[in-house]
Amino acid sequence: MDQFFQTALSWLLPGISVGGQYALIALGYTMVYGILRLINFAHGDIFTVAGFVMFYAITAMPLGAAVLFTIAVTVLLGFLVERLAYKPLRSAPRMSVMISAIGVSYLLQNLMWYITGGQPQQYPSLPWISDWINVGGIETKRVTVITPILTIVLIVLLLLLVKKTRVGLAMRAASRDFETARLMGIKINTVISVTFIIGSFLAAVGSFLFFSNYATVSPTVGTMPGLKAFIAAVFGGIGSIPGAVVGGFIIGICENIIRGAGYSTFSDAFTFALLILVLCVKPTGLFGEKLEEKV
Amino acid sequence: MLKIEDLHVSYGGIQAVKGISLEVPDGKIVTLIGANGAGKSTTLRTIAGLVPAQSGQIFLQDEKITNLSSDRIVSKGITLVPEGRRVFPDMTVLENLKIGAYLRRDRPEMEKDLQWVYDLFPRLKERSWQAAGTLSGGEQQMLAVGRALMSRPKIMMMDEPSLGLAPIVVQGIFEIIREINRQGVTILLIEQNANMALKVADQAYVMETGRITRQGTGQELLNDESIKEAYLGKHK
Repeated sequence: MDQFFQTALSWLLPGISVGGQYALIALGYTMVYGILRLINFAHGDIFTVAGFVMFYAITAMPLGAAVLFTIAVTVLLGFLVERLAYKPLRSAPRMSVMISAIGVSYLLQNLMWYITGGQPQQYPSLPWISDWINVGGIETKRVTVITPILTIVLIVLLLLLVKKTRVGLAMRAASRDFETARLMGIKINTVISVTFIIGSFLAAVGSFLFFSNYATVSPTVGTMPGLKAFIAAVFGGIGSIPGAVVGGFIIGICENIIRGAGYSTFSDAFTFALLILVLCVKPTGLFGEKLEEKV
Repeated sequence: MLKIEDLHVSYGGIQAVKGISLEVPDGKIVTLIGANGAGKSTTLRTIAGLVPAQSGQIFLQDEKITNLSSDRIVSKGITLVPEGRRVFPDMTVLENLKIGAYLRRDRPEMEKDLQWVYDLFPRLKERSWQAAGTLSGGEQQMLAVGRALMSRPKIMMMDEPSLGLAPIVVQGIFEIIREINRQGVTILLIEQNANMALKVADQAYVMETGRITRQGTGQELLNDESIKEAYLGKHK
C-alpha cells in the first residue's frame, strides 16, 4: 500500500508541477484569443526568451533583480510584439494576423539563434526553489511543490482582476464586442496591451518554474511546452481562463502517468491525439463558450 | 447644440453619407427618418467616433469634435444606443450599467444615476443580478438605454430603438424617450418607424441615399402628403 502510494505520488507530483507550468503559458494563449480571436504563435517563443534573459541576467545582477529584470523584459517584449506586429493589422482579415504571428515566432527563434549562437545554455540553479526536498518519501526539487501553489495563487488573482476590477470589466466587454466596448468609452488598444502584458508576465513566471526543472535553454526549447500549453487552452475551451488551467493540469498529469507507466515515447503523442479528439468531439473544449462569431 | 456641416462619410467602399447638414438644439428631440440604407446609422456612428468622416465638420457647442476617438466623444457627453441593443450578454444587468459609467470617477454621483436608471426602469432593478442575455428584447432595450444614461450624457443618440420589438413594447420605449428628454437629455433618434418617431420629435429630417431631402417639425412632416406616402403607409 505504502509502495503504491509512493509510486502514485512520484508520478502525480511532477505531473501537477508540469501541468501548472502549462497552465501559466496557456493563460497567455487563451486571454489573447478571448480578446483578439488570435492564436498568438509567438507566445511560446516569448516564454523561451524569458529563459534566455534570465540566463544572462543572473550573471550580471543579484537574483531578485534578475527575476524582476526578466519579468520586465518579457512583458515589454509581449507589449512590443502586439504593437508592432498585430496592431497595424487590426482591421485586416484574421488570417493575416495569424500569419504575422507565425512570422514573429520564427523571427524570435532566429534572433535567439543569432544572439546565443544556438548553444543550449545551462539554466541558473535558483536558490531555494531548486533545492532538493523530500515529499512523502519522494526526492524532488522544491519547485515541483511550489509550481502548483504559485499557479493557483496567480489564477485566483487573475480571476479577481477580470471579475472585480475596472480593467477586468473592460477586458470582458472587449472580448465580447469591440464596437460596443468603444461606445462605452473603453480604449480597445489599451485593453489589448494590458492583455498581452498579463500573458507575458505569466509566461515569464512559467519560465522560471519550467527551466528550474528543465535545466537547459535553447532557442527552440519553448516550442514543445508552448504547443502543449496551446493544446491545454483548446482542451479547456479556448477563451476560458478556468479552462486553460484545468486543461494544463490534466495534460501535465496524464503525460506523467503515461511516462510513469513506461510509455514515455507516447506521452507527446497522447497530447496531440487529445487535441485531435477534442477538435472532433467537442471543438469548444471543456469550458468553451459557444462558437459565436464576433459581430 | 450638436451641429453637422456638410458631412461626407464613406463606409465599406460605399459613399454612405453625401454631404449632410443638420442641427440638434439642446433639450430637443430630433429624428432622422428614412429607408434602410439611407445612411442614418452611418451618420450616428460617425458622430460617435466609430467611423471616420471624410470631410465636413461636427460641432458640439462650437467645439469641433470631428473624428475624435470614441472615448473622447463619450467623455464630451455624447452617447449612442446602438442598433440591436448590443448589451453584454454574459454580464449581469448591474455590470452592464456599471460599464456604461466606465469613464466616470465620481462614485457618489454614479450611485445616484444608478438609482435614476432604476427608477426609470424598475424592471432592471428587479433583474440586476441576472445575466443580460436572459432578458427579453424589450428589457434589453431598456438596459441599453439605461447603460447609455449611466455615462450622464448631454446628448443621447438612438439607433432604431424599436427594431424587432412588439408594438406595445415600442409604445413604452417611446414614452421613456419622452421622459428622458423631459429630464434634460437631448435626443437624436433614427427610426424606420417614422410614425412614432415623428410624433415625439421636435425637429425631423428625412434622409434618402446619403442626402437630407426634407426637414421640418415632427408635426409638419407627419401631415405631409409625400411623407405619408413614402414612409407612413398610404392609407394613413
